[in-house]
Amino acid sequence: MRYLVRKLGFYLSALWIAITLNFIIPRLMPGNPADTLFASFQGRMSPQQLVALKASLGFTSGNVAQQYVTYLWNIAHLNLGLSYSHFPVPVSTVIADDLPWTLLLVGLSVVISAVLGTLLGIIAAWTHGSKFDSLLPPILLFLLSFPAFWISLFFVYIFGLNLHWFPTAHAYAIDQNISLNWTFIGSVLYHAFLPASVVVIITLGGWVLGMRNNMISTLAEDFITMAQAKGLSEKRVMLMYAARNAILPQVTSFALTLAFIVSGQVLVESVFSYPGVGYDLVQAATLNDYPLLQGLLLIIVVAVLIANFVTDLIYVRLDPRVRQEA
Amino acid sequence: MPALLEVDDLVVDYLTPTGRVRAVDHVSFSIEPGEIIGLAGESGCGKSTTAHAILRILRPPAQISGGRVLFKGRDLVQMDERQLREYRWNHISIVFQSAMNSLNPVLSVGDQFVDMIRAHVHSSKSDARERAMNLLQLVGIDRTRIRSFPHELSGGMRQRVVIAMALALQPEIVVMDEPTTALDVVVQREILQQIEELQQEFKFAVLFITHDLSLLVEFSDRIGVMYAGELVEFAPASRLFREPKHPYTVGLMNSFPPLAGERLTIQGIGGAPPNLANPPSGCRFHPRCSHCTPSNPALYALQTRVKPELQLVGENHTVACHLYGDGRER
Amino acid sequence: MALTHPNTETAIATPLPAIQATGVSRLRRFITFLLENRKAGLGLAIILFFVLVGLVGPFLVPYDPSQIGVGPPLQGPSSQHWLGTTQLGQDLFSQLVVGTRHSLMVGLLVGLLSTLIAIVIGMTAGYLGGLLDDILMLFTNVFLILPFFPLAIVAASYAQAFNIKGLTVIVIVLTLTGWAWAARIKRSQTLSLRSKDFVQAAKVSGEPWPRIILFEIMPNMSALVAASFIFATIFAVLGEAGLEFIGLGDINAVTWGTILYWAQNNQALLLHAWYWFIPPGLCIGVFAVGLTLVQYAIDEIANPRLKAQRIPKLRGARTRNASPTASATQVEGSTDAGIA
Repeated sequence: MRYLVRKLGFYLSALWIAITLNFIIPRLMPGNPADTLFASFQGRMSPQQLVALKASLGFTSGNVAQQYVTYLWNIAHLNLGLSYSHFPVPVSTVIADDLPWTLLLVGLSVVISAVLGTLLGIIAAWTHGSKFDSLLPPILLFLLSFPAFWISLFFVYIFGLNLHWFPTAHAYAIDQNISLNWTFIGSVLYHAFLPASVVVIITLGGWVLGMRNNMISTLAEDFITMAQAKGLSEKRVMLMYAARNAILPQVTSFALTLAFIVSGQVLVESVFSYPGVGYDLVQAATLNDYPLLQGLLLIIVVAVLIANFVTDLIYVRLDPRVRQEA
Repeated sequence: MPALLEVDDLVVDYLTPTGRVRAVDHVSFSIEPGEIIGLAGESGCGKSTTAHAILRILRPPAQISGGRVLFKGRDLVQMDERQLREYRWNHISIVFQSAMNSLNPVLSVGDQFVDMIRAHVHSSKSDARERAMNLLQLVGIDRTRIRSFPHELSGGMRQRVVIAMALALQPEIVVMDEPTTALDVVVQREILQQIEELQQEFKFAVLFITHDLSLLVEFSDRIGVMYAGELVEFAPASRLFREPKHPYTVGLMNSFPPLAGERLTIQGIGGAPPNLANPPSGCRFHPRCSHCTPSNPALYALQTRVKPELQLVGENHTVACHLYGDGRER
Repeated sequence: MALTHPNTETAIATPLPAIQATGVSRLRRFITFLLENRKAGLGLAIILFFVLVGLVGPFLVPYDPSQIGVGPPLQGPSSQHWLGTTQLGQDLFSQLVVGTRHSLMVGLLVGLLSTLIAIVIGMTAGYLGGLLDDILMLFTNVFLILPFFPLAIVAASYAQAFNIKGLTVIVIVLTLTGWAWAARIKRSQTLSLRSKDFVQAAKVSGEPWPRIILFEIMPNMSALVAASFIFATIFAVLGEAGLEFIGLGDINAVTWGTILYWAQNNQALLLHAWYWFIPPGLCIGVFAVGLTLVQYAIDEIANPRLKAQRIPKLRGARTRNASPTASATQVEGSTDAGIA
């Protein structure tokens, strides 16, 4: 249990730091931040909007300490204020509407990427020195070097606008209503295909190269030689002895790449006008919708931290050495 | 009747980017059923490579470049992957130096027994487990430990588990590659005793590899000494202990205090093992040999230019050294 | 934002060989290696090409990149306008060349600054240890786990409201979000160096710790520092493009990212103006490829085991006539989670 408690403690402190950063960032700006910030909205906002905005950024009455307490209190009650660009819709409603789409897209692409990448990595290590193994890493590194949003633009241009194979925007066809039938699900998957492909492309390389390299170093271990000497089949040695061990560091490094995945996702959603929190984030940033921006950042951080904790739980399941400690 | 295992003119090379390095150089010896053969030498002398070659578990860049390994007359070097799988563990098993590293950290001890047993014998999972538990008991480990993971066992227990695993299919030969080196002295003794008892009971042959010659002397029937990839001396253990011939063997004898017996001053061997990529000419031991001085020009020329052949110097006692044979000294 | 998986970075975290080599001879060996290694050679050539374009290019471009109407609007590549024109008739080739300068400046600056922060934090934490180490590492791990890009968007968005203009915002934001990974690697490297004999000797002889860090430990981390500088630069180039693409930073500056911003905002895709958005993306990608190649070569220096690593392949057990397959492989050490 100790292991998981320690991890949980870390995530909670990370969350606290993120929330506090959120509070500090506007105050770091030069001059008198509150005045400057709200002066720029004069005339663009109704007085109620301005009050709501101030409240959601913690610019309430009292000194900074009091403001900070009020700010934490509001967050604890999921009182994230009202969105300025969607006024007067509460930030929490905007997020609740759009979060499922992001989770769908991230979930889909992460699972595909992890399964496909791990398999390819195993094959590459298994056939070490073959053409496949020597060609795969450079190709993946090449793909990894391009910005996700540019790959998105490229895909929209080629597969959407020129070939008309896939839709270039939205999460489902306009003539569909959200419902649980096959036509709708089909439409959702059809719309998710291109954006998900981009996220898979930018994350696949990490899985493949990581798995391949872990496998290669695991294959040098004595217990592999022993397994081989025991007369086990090559398949069993490769999967239950080599891959089963090589996947462990992969799980940990997956947690570390979450931040990268989410970052890539934000711009991919933006290019594909995919109605998720990443798209909202870009919109909110360009429209200076600070309450929404704050709320989105918060929810993204929480999601990433939860995903990390789930990864820890999986790791504990996979590694008996940690299981005992956990 | 042929020997149980016959290593015949075995050559193993490491193919490095800078060229071939001969790790095992035309080594021949045989193992009779139930016999304990010791193989001694400094690290890098090719003793472990020889053992791995016998199981055909060498990894690139190592490769068998010549010779035969005959098990009951069948050449292992010519076997394909399927035949090898059948041969390994059924007939010959191995115990590695570090038990921690030779057990899969993510599988329970039981699972590692079961997959090995089921790879060779038609057996249900529960039967295989039952068998594994009996084996654990045999080496003095509680049956319930079958559920343990390697990291939950002490070093000595892990090595016992590995030994139990090696005996599981009652192989004719067990190769022991420095099985006690990683353990502390007390545990070392216990494990050795256990190996001896098990050997008495099951009559398997042992190829015991170690750098500790004194240990072999009390433990094995015959001993081979390797230097720089070559077998330099081979003799019955008692004979080798009484009258070691090769100066290198003598040096090795003096390098370790015997486990039992009186205290002796320990003398090491001066110099370092040669670089196998570019071994010395003539006798490979000559740069470190105290008997090799220019004061005897004829012998010196021989020692530095001509490679000594293994020759019989006594009953079952062969040595590759210019000091012996051809009517020279002694 | 496609960044090299951090996994590939961990290889560097393993101790360097030949620790006792002096700083100068190490540096010389390092440079010789880079020049001899094919991967590194190609990578260096790519980087040099872009640096040269960035340095000299802006003086040689045919048009003022911001000048409107130097050609007909939205014209494809022609002999007058090699990469065509924007819908305002600006010359895209000139924009790309001038953009190279700005994008490289931002990338290298961020790489430099975040490497400096990483060195200071990582080495201080690793060398001094104790409570300070715990606090610094908690902070580092938090930064590592937080999604940096959303954070950067929020920060850049605020900066915009305060009229902090220019590329400064981008540099600050990316530096603050990009140092954590390198700091952690440097800490673990410092930890392993700290226990080495020559550092212990310096300690016993009473050298002050900043001196030990600077003169005993630093020289042995050159490969590591170089690799993390490159990693941070890749991060910065891609991050910069991403931020500018959504209009944060200074949309009037000419960079690869802002060209893409204007292309997107003027419907370059719908207008089939491929020549508007393809070249800047290619530049970003190819430049990042160049950096990655050098980084991989440095990995090989930092960890020669990777290079010499032979192929432990099971089929190889059949040994006769096996040919030597000498391929340099990237093998990494285990990824330590090291969190909390």
